[in-house]
Amino acid sequence: MTPTANLSLETARNPESLRRTVIEPITRVEGHGKVTLLMDEENRVKQARLHIVEFRGFEKFIQGRPYWEAPVMVQRLCGICPVSHHLAAAKAVDMLVGARRLTPTAEKLRRMLHYGQTLQSHALHFFHLASPDLLFGFDADVARRNIIGVIGAHPDLAVKGVKLRKYGQEVIRVLAGKRVHGIFAIPGGVNKAFTKADRDYLAQDIAQVVAWSLEAVDVARKLYEDNLDLHASFGAFRSNYLSLTTPEGAFDLYDGGLRARDDKGATIFDHVDYTHYLRYIHEEVKSWSYMKFPFIVSLGNDTGWYRVGPLARINNADRMPTPLAEGARKAFMAHGKGEPVHATMAYHWARMIEMLYAAEAIQALLEDPDVFGTDLLVKGEPALEGVGVLEAPRGTLFHHYRIDERDAIVKANLIVSTTNNNTAMNTAVREVAAKYLDGKTLTEGLLNHLEVAIRAYDPCLSCATHALGRMPLQVELRDAEGALVDQLIKDADGALRR
Amino acid sequence: MSKSFFLDGKEIPFKEGQTVLQAALAACHHIPHLCWRPQLEPHSSCRLCTVMISGRPFSSCTQPAMDGQHVISDTPELLALRRSVVQMIFVEGNHYCPSCEESGNCRLQATAYSLGLQDNHFPQQFPKRERDSSHPDVNLDRDRCIRCETCVRASRDLDGKNVFGIHGRGIKSHLAVNSPTGKLGDSDLDAQDQAVALCPTGCLTVKRVGFSVPIGERIYDKEPLEQVQIREFQDFQAQEAHHG
Ligand code: SF4
Ligand code: SF4
Ligand code: FES
Repeated sequence: MTPTANLSLETARNPESLRRTVIEPITRVEGHGKVTLLMDEENRVKQARLHIVEFRGFEKFIQGRPYWEAPVMVQRLCGICPVSHHLAAAKAVDMLVGARRLTPTAEKLRRMLHYGQTLQSHALHFFHLASPDLLFGFDADVARRNIIGVIGAHPDLAVKGVKLRKYGQEVIRVLAGKRVHGIFAIPGGVNKAFTKADRDYLAQDIAQVVAWSLEAVDVARKLYEDNLDLHASFGAFRSNYLSLTTPEGAFDLYDGGLRARDDKGATIFDHVDYTHYLRYIHEEVKSWSYMKFPFIVSLGNDTGWYRVGPLARINNADRMPTPLAEGARKAFMAHGKGEPVHATMAYHWARMIEMLYAAEAIQALLEDPDVFGTDLLVKGEPALEGVGVLEAPRGTLFHHYRIDERDAIVKANLIVSTTNNNTAMNTAVREVAAKYLDGKTLTEGLLNHLEVAIRAYDPCLSCATHALGRMPLQVELRDAEGALVDQLIKDADGALRR
Repeated sequence: MSKSFFLDGKEIPFKEGQTVLQAALAACHHIPHLCWRPQLEPHSSCRLCTVMISGRPFSSCTQPAMDGQHVISDTPELLALRRSVVQMIFVEGNHYCPSCEESGNCRLQATAYSLGLQDNHFPQQFPKRERDSSHPDVNLDRDRCIRCETCVRASRDLDGKNVFGIHGRGIKSHLAVNSPTGKLGDSDLDAQDQAVALCPTGCLTVKRVGFSVPIGERIYDKEPLEQVQIREFQDFQAQEAHHG
C-alpha cells in the first residue's frame, strides 16, 4: 500500500509543467475511455487523467421543465442506473411538494425498487463485467475474458449471475411497469399499489436469490483472499470515504445522514442532513476534465477527496441491518485490522455483500404488511428548493433542484456517483500505471491492468458497459514536456492500434 | 329507405348529413383521424383521414357520405401516406415520449403506434418554441403542439372563451394565447376547460398530476386507439340523442 503522502492526485514535484499541454477532447475516439499518463523528468508516471465526457448539459437541459418531469426525465441521463436517478430526483421533488416524509407504504415500495436496481446492477457487474477477470486473472487470454468464458469454466456460476440479474429486473418491472424507463416514484409517493399477486410472484424465487447472493459473497471473498497479495495491493491507496448511514450508523441505500470518515476510520462528519450537502462538499473544476472533482470542504481540495460506492459504504457502516450481510461485513472488515479496507479490488467483495443485503432486504419487505397499503401519496407545504440524496449502486448520488413560483425548474445541480469517485479513479489508474508501465511503450498488458482498476469502481461510463477485456480504451503517454510518447487504442472487439 | 355506402367493400349505413368518417365510426369501422373530434366542427387539417373515392383523395372527416359510393381506406398507399403525415408531425415538433407526461394517454403517440411507425424518417427540425408555465394550473409546452386547433375550437365553441389562436403561416405558425401579454397566466383559461381536456398531445396539460397513472393503466395501455375513438364517437352520439 502506498503511503499517505500519496493522497494527492498529482505527485509530481512541479505539476505546473505537466499541465503545459492542453489535451484536446477532440482527439478522443468515440465511445472509448481515454486515459492520459503524464511522466516526470525521470520518465516515471506521475499523473493520470481519466477523461470523461458523460453527464454534460443535463443541468441546462432540464431548466424550464416542470418539476414533476424531473424523476422521469433524469432517467435519460444515464442508461446504466436510470432507477437511481429516478429515485434521487423523486426525493428532491418530494421536498418541493412538502413531503420529505412519505407514507410507510410509499417509502417501503420505493426501497424495494431501489434494492431491485442494486441487485441487478451488482449482479451484472460482478458476473458479467468483472468476474471473468477475477476468475481467470488480469492477464488471461481475452477470448476467455467474457461471459462465454465464464460459462465454459463455471457454468453454474454464470447461470446464477444471469438469474440474479433477471430477478432484480423483475422487481423493477413489477413496480415501475417496465424493466427500463418505467415510472413509479411521483412527487410525494408512488403511483401504484403493490398487490398480493405481485408479492406471490416475487416471493417464489427470493429464498433462492438470497442463497445465491450468499454464494456470490463467498466467491468474491475467496477470489480476494486466495490472491491476497495481488488484490490487497493492486491499485490500492488510502482515502476518505463518504456514504449515507441510518441515524444509528447502520448501512442504508435509500436514505439517512451523510457520514465521512478518514483513511484511519476517524469521523470527519456524521449524521449530516443531506439537504445541507453544499456546506460540506464542494466541487473543483480542472481545465483538462469535463467532470468535476468533489472534495470535503473542511479538508480542502488537495486532501478532501473521497471514495463512494460499495467499499465506502461497507467501510462506513457500523453494521448491516440484515443478518447474513452483517456476517459478511464482519469477515470483510477483519482485513482492515481496525481501519477501513483500502484496496481497490475489495470493491468487488463489498459489492457482493451489498447484493446480499439487497436480496435480504427485498425478502423482508415481501413479508412486511405495510407494502400492501393503499395510502401512497402525501403532500404538505410546498417549497421552492429540494435536495434528494441516495446511495446508487455506484455510490452517493445528489440531485438538487430549484423551481420558480410556477413549478418550472430554474436550477439543477447533480453530483453523480462516478463524479464522486473521480479523483479516486484517477489515483487508481496512476498507481497501476506507475507499477506496470515498463519503459516508454504502452502494452496490451498495461491496458488490461488499467481496465481492471477502472472497472473495480464500476463507473457509469459507456465504455465501461463492455464485458471485461473489451473496454474500448485509448491510452496516451506524454513526457514531462507534454509531448506524445506513445498511444495505444483498444477497440470493443479487442483489436489494438497505435 | 336507408342509405349506405361501401367502405373497403363493406356496406356501411348512414344517416343524411353524416360524413364518411362519422358513418364509419357509427358502424364500428375505424378510419385513422387526428384533428377531427366528435364534439367539434371539422378542421380538416391533418389529412390523416384521407380516403379514396372514385380514384381521388378526400378527407373523410368532411366528405358527406353518399348512397352507393365506394370508399377505399385500407390500402398500402394510404397507409404509407398516413405514416408520412404522422412522421412529419413528429419532426416538426420536439417530441420526447419517454419523458413526456402524456405518454400512454397521447393521441399522437397512439396514432403512431397504431400505424406501426418505427422511426421519424424525415430529418428532425428541432424548432425553437416558447414554453409557457405562467398559468397556475395549466402547462403549455409548445414543443409538443401539432397545431391541430382542437384547443382553438374547443375554447371558442365549448368553453365560450376564445383563449387560443394560431398565428403565422406554414412552418412558422404557432399556437398563440389571446391575453394582453400573450401568456397563458393572463388568459381566462381554467384547468377544467375542454380546450385542455381535448388537446390530443402533451402540449396543454393540467399541472402537478403528470405520471400519476401507472404504466399499464393509461388510456392506450388498456384499450387500442381504434376502440377508444369508436367508443368516443358512439358515446357522443348517444348523448346527443339523449339531449335531443
Ligand atoms: S405529446 Fe405525445 S407524441 Fe409528443 S412527446 Fe408527448 S407523448 Fe410523445
Ligand atoms: S395546443 Fe394541443 S389542441 Fe391546441 S393546437 Fe396544439 S396540439 Fe392542438
Ligand atoms: S381528421 Fe380529417 S383532416 Fe384531420
